[in-house]
Amino acid sequence: MDKIEIGNSVEQAINYISTEASGFLDAITNGIDFLVIGFQDILLAVNPFVLIGLLAILTYFLMARHHGLFTKAGFKAGFGMAIFIVLGFLLLYGMQFWTEAMQTLALVISSALIALVIGIPLGIWASRNDTLESIVRPILDFMQTMPAFVYLIPAILFFSVGNVPGVVATVVFSLPPAVRLTNLGIRGVAPDVVEASKSFGATPRQLLFKVQIPLAMPTILAGVNQVIMLALSMVVIASMVGAAGLGQAVYKGILKADVGLGFEAGLGIVILAIFLDRVTQALAPKK
Amino acid sequence: MSDKIQIKDLDVIFGRRVKEAKKLVDQGLSKEEVLGKTGCTVAVNNANINIQEGEIFVVMGLSGSGKSTLLRCLNRLIEPTRGTVTLEDIDITKADSAKLRKLRREDMSMVFQHFGLLPHRTVASNVAFGLEINGYPEKERLEKAYKVIDTVGLKGYEEMMTGELSGGMQQRVGLARALANDPEIMLMDEAFSALDPLIRTNMQDELLTLQEKVKKTILFITHDLDEALKLGDRIAIMKDGMIVQTGSPEDILTKPADDYVRSFVENVDRGKIVTAGTVMFNNPERLRLKTAGPATAIRKMRAVGVTSLPVVDENNNFIGFVKDEDMVKLQNEGEKSIEGKVYKELNTVNENVAIADLLPLFLDSALNLAVVDDDNKLKGVVVHSSVIAEMLGKEQEEVKQIREDGLDNVNNEEGGNDNG
Repeated sequence: MDKIEIGNSVEQAINYISTEASGFLDAITNGIDFLVIGFQDILLAVNPFVLIGLLAILTYFLMARHHGLFTKAGFKAGFGMAIFIVLGFLLLYGMQFWTEAMQTLALVISSALIALVIGIPLGIWASRNDTLESIVRPILDFMQTMPAFVYLIPAILFFSVGNVPGVVATVVFSLPPAVRLTNLGIRGVAPDVVEASKSFGATPRQLLFKVQIPLAMPTILAGVNQVIMLALSMVVIASMVGAAGLGQAVYKGILKADVGLGFEAGLGIVILAIFLDRVTQALAPKK
Repeated sequence: MSDKIQIKDLDVIFGRRVKEAKKLVDQGLSKEEVLGKTGCTVAVNNANINIQEGEIFVVMGLSGSGKSTLLRCLNRLIEPTRGTVTLEDIDITKADSAKLRKLRREDMSMVFQHFGLLPHRTVASNVAFGLEINGYPEKERLEKAYKVIDTVGLKGYEEMMTGELSGGMQQRVGLARALANDPEIMLMDEAFSALDPLIRTNMQDELLTLQEKVKKTILFITHDLDEALKLGDRIAIMKDGMIVQTGSPEDILTKPADDYVRSFVENVDRGKIVTAGTVMFNNPERLRLKTAGPATAIRKMRAVGVTSLPVVDENNNFIGFVKDEDMVKLQNEGEKSIEGKVYKELNTVNENVAIADLLPLFLDSALNLAVVDDDNKLKGVVVHSSVIAEMLGKEQEEVKQIREDGLDNVNNEEGGNDNG
């Protein structure tokens, strides 16, 4: 029996798209580039020590606000993390990874932003349309189970090398939880609350914005958190196609079998990961 | 009073093969048969109800009887399969979505079993929700909300989150929310069923008090017959999607339409609902004090087979009772007037008095009880055995049987026969 040539046809399709839709792809490239460079420039324009202070204050504010900012409970909830942020980011600075760390942060923010802008509305739509949900669900499964590296190949073909294919692959990889958890959150709103709102004459839009989204917010924010964490992990992998940042250092460490470099860069990623995780978790409204 | 809401020939059928199911329903097949043949659930089957303005109309049935579905057809949270629901001259079943929204916002509001409050909002903001949806500015809607919160007795809780309140208080919020847009109609779906018994009784009392003030047209759904009898001006009993009986609480208790209703009402505390007017003998045989002599009295007693008769004056004012043994005595003594042997200054009751309240009166005297109107005119006579029969929920004949059995067992029982 002959080999079934799925690979061939996929390749042909991608070639076709990259030639036929070059204008569209260029526009995407420019847009993403603008976004990433923009965030990167902002993060790097601020004095590192000032930025560390600001990030520490942001963390403290988000974690302590439910308990009162200047109370003992608030202090207990937020102060430890704020100290960790200061020390961790000072360590990044001290290891001379500051620029790389900010590049990584800019990539994560850009990718996550795009993933959320696409994913949350899609999730809302899927929650209101069973047909769409049944179409979207297997696609999301596919996207999540496909090995992350595979996304890099078409990304290179469409967008060559650099930050842009990295961001595109990251968006694809980190999108599913945004859709999934938004859909889940809205569908999980207690049916009697939805019924009550309808019984008072709420329009579908009022129902969505005044009832469903506010009540689904904890779940949606759990999705945001996951998107950001997935984006961070993918941004590191995306260094293989030339995305900037700490991933590059890890990649170099692998290529040169430089354990020290690899560990330092890895530590830097862990510090970023903890920062991003705690901050996004603290976004959730009080229970 | 006029009909506010008319539900006419209403069917609700769930499932894929509704068309077939409709035909089978028309052929008079039961719910199970239709389910077996088509896989469709007949939730409501040919419901006809007229709800009058200002009354509390209770629909009672067990779970799965279709009562909640029926309720939801009124504001079309569930679409009826056939039939019409009209509110005054508006056909709700034909209203488009804009008109329906207006109805829901202004004319009818709903109270839910599990409250359906918004947990992310304060009490005041929950109560103001309907007004918010309807586009009232914030200041005005909060003003109204505060007023209604006071009405339901939650003053001081306005800025708390609903999750911090007890079940009973949460349902007060639900009630306040339903009252806030001042609708003419309130739909209450098992509104008190999730509450503790004591709080439930409390809320029922308060609903009745509130209703005195607000005079809404209320459709109340419950599975609790006691609740239905307590709240309902009229009651409809549903079984398997069909309304088996509609009537006043007393009608339901005293004239159950079929065995299903009878089995329901068997265990009810009837004493508090059935009134003297129901159990009394209407327009009983009576004696005129001035004109009647012992001979007339004895003849009349024999004719109707009783041992005592009420005595009235020429204007039909109740005076007292006479007994057969006294009359026989008088006749033997050659007395022409019954005046000397009339038991006077007896207790009388109004026909609206519940029979449970008659029992203490029977303790004082072996005589029957006269039912009079406000001007002391004789309307009827209540005899012991009918009160006992009614309290037990048994037929008179059954009671007689039970009593005779009892007498056989206790031979030394005094055989005083003072019933009608």
